[in-house]
Amino acid sequence: MSTPVDQAKNAERFLADTVHEQRLDKLLWAMRMRRDAAARQVPEWEELRTLASEIKEHTLSNLSDYLIQFEAKATANGMIVHWARDAHEHNQIVYDLLAGQGSNMLVKSKSMLTEECEWRPFLERRGIRVTETDLGERIQQLDDQPPGHIVGPAIHKTTQDVAIVFSKKYGSDPENEDAAYLAGVMRENTRPDILDARAGMTGANFVVAETGAVVVATNEGNADLSANTPPLHICSVGIEKIIPTTESLAVFVRLLTRSATGDRITQYTSTFRGPRKGAAMHVILVDNGRSARLGMKRFWHSLKCIRCAACMNTCPVYRRSGGLSYGSTYMGPIGIIMMPTFEIRKYSELPFASTLNGSCTNVCPVKIDIHEQIYGWREVMEENDQIQVVKKEAMRVADKVLSHPTLYQIATTTVSTALEVLPHFAVYNRLNAWGKHRDVPEATTQTFHEWYRTHRPKTNEEVRRG
Amino acid sequence: MNSTQALSRNTILDSVRANQPAKLPMPSIPHFHMNQHHTNQPADLVAAFCESIARMAGVVVTEDVPDLDSFQCAKFPEAKVICSAIPEYAGTIKPASLNHWSEASKIDVCILRSPMGVAETGSILLSDIELQVNTIAFLAHDLVVLLDPKQIVGNIHDAYEHPYFKLRSYSVLMTGPSGSGDISGITVHPAQGVKTLTVILSSALSPTPNASRRMG
Repeated sequence: MSTPVDQAKNAERFLADTVHEQRLDKLLWAMRMRRDAAARQVPEWEELRTLASEIKEHTLSNLSDYLIQFEAKATANGMIVHWARDAHEHNQIVYDLLAGQGSNMLVKSKSMLTEECEWRPFLERRGIRVTETDLGERIQQLDDQPPGHIVGPAIHKTTQDVAIVFSKKYGSDPENEDAAYLAGVMRENTRPDILDARAGMTGANFVVAETGAVVVATNEGNADLSANTPPLHICSVGIEKIIPTTESLAVFVRLLTRSATGDRITQYTSTFRGPRKGAAMHVILVDNGRSARLGMKRFWHSLKCIRCAACMNTCPVYRRSGGLSYGSTYMGPIGIIMMPTFEIRKYSELPFASTLNGSCTNVCPVKIDIHEQIYGWREVMEENDQIQVVKKEAMRVADKVLSHPTLYQIATTTVSTALEVLPHFAVYNRLNAWGKHRDVPEATTQTFHEWYRTHRPKTNEEVRRG
Repeated sequence: MNSTQALSRNTILDSVRANQPAKLPMPSIPHFHMNQHHTNQPADLVAAFCESIARMAGVVVTEDVPDLDSFQCAKFPEAKVICSAIPEYAGTIKPASLNHWSEASKIDVCILRSPMGVAETGSILLSDIELQVNTIAFLAHDLVVLLDPKQIVGNIHDAYEHPYFKLRSYSVLMTGPSGSGDISGITVHPAQGVKTLTVILSSALSPTPNASRRMG
């Protein structure tokens, strides 16, 4: 039986290094602010979020029909469609395609699904050399680390960190921390592989059932390079990535990049409807636990995710503990609710890496009830006896308090009193994981309820009474 | 499809059918056919397009370009391999002369015509029709794209009504040169794709408006 990932303990290491911690916090919060500014420029933003959520719910509730429609259209367009029940089957299909072509090297753009399938080590064990062409992913590959963020895999690294990694692997100047110089080093070193490769691989942001098309969004142009330059394009897709029509694609394209980085669109938003003349295109539709999650009444909504990472950028726990602390493919709030569906014991502690402040839910472009699912997973862990006694007790108290408005008011009123009188060790002790390495913010002297009672406009009755 | 693949397909589809929630309706998507300035007037669309592409480090030329040769010589004086993907300009090579798609990396400047621009995002549309060799869109060093301002649509909803997305094997909404924020969140250009993207807005340079659409 696997040992649960101890996110809080892993976060300690990250927090001990204040340079990285403070930088990441600031950087991701700036992304969150840019997302807000971008959303404010679109008058119909909230309507788009509702539409995106409803389109995804419609598609997931008719998923078998849309999968069949996509398969038929893609096949008619000249693609070859494969089906993979699990990670191993996916990896084997890719390996067989490469072996059939006699390739021992391929170029690849970013795909979280291939990370989920532990695909790179699978191929490398069989003598295939893989070159990641996404800059962040390549930095992580060269540093032998998994991605720390689903949009910016190396976002936790400083320019100095990258300069050191590149100097060791590429022989570049370790003193030159200029980001443009470092991106140039990457370009120079990756391009020969891109030009030589006989096989390229991409993920997909969306696949369109109506047209049998695969849609990939990148800023670097590396997915297009990986897909178009070699004569073989392999595309791995989770079955939940299907959307019905090109018309609905527009809704998601408007939401995706604004939610991720605050830009209106990525530099390259590309639609692949079939192979070019003389080349081959293979699409692998991967289940790997997704169809089972579809049957989880409380948790199937997480399948709506479009991988924008807005929930990570806004999460105070993620921003201050870094993506690697989760020890999982998907991290942050969305990771917390997805990972237990892969392996409940191993990821049993993740639902506690949250303050349940609901910010993740508020920014989610497809309106996944993330914080409610996090709480739901805590309950599942308790029901399955997967959590430590301390967390169990804290949860029982929280449950009782949150479900009872009067108790909640008493509890929030007494927090300031308690923080004032409790000795330091009672707040910063081992039972309060989030007090460690953090200054617990000074509690306000007034709760919102108290403030509201003194500031709210008087009712007509009160006005009459004077 | 071999027997293992047939088994996998049926297992996945059976599991999906058994688990998918009760059918929920598809919403109708309203016509959001306006840009952020709430107008679709041609002058506003051009202004919005210019503002949007500048945010992504694309360059727009709005003044008349009477002669492409002198334009590209002035802008790219070092360029030697000039690929022209438009019939009215010769360049030094044509896309058809490339023997292998990776050879597009030898192109210094490629001149293309786009059938559509998008005001909301500053994107231009290119497909396998205009590119002829798809890799030109990212392996060439610099792209110069001619766009008739009358072909600028308001937003992404309008853009995805273009027939290319249902007809072409490859189509790309390209917005500025390649870039990356992967190193410490600092935006840099270029990344892996083209180094610069220049859009010349000129109806005078468009011999037959809508020609590309009809080709699609």
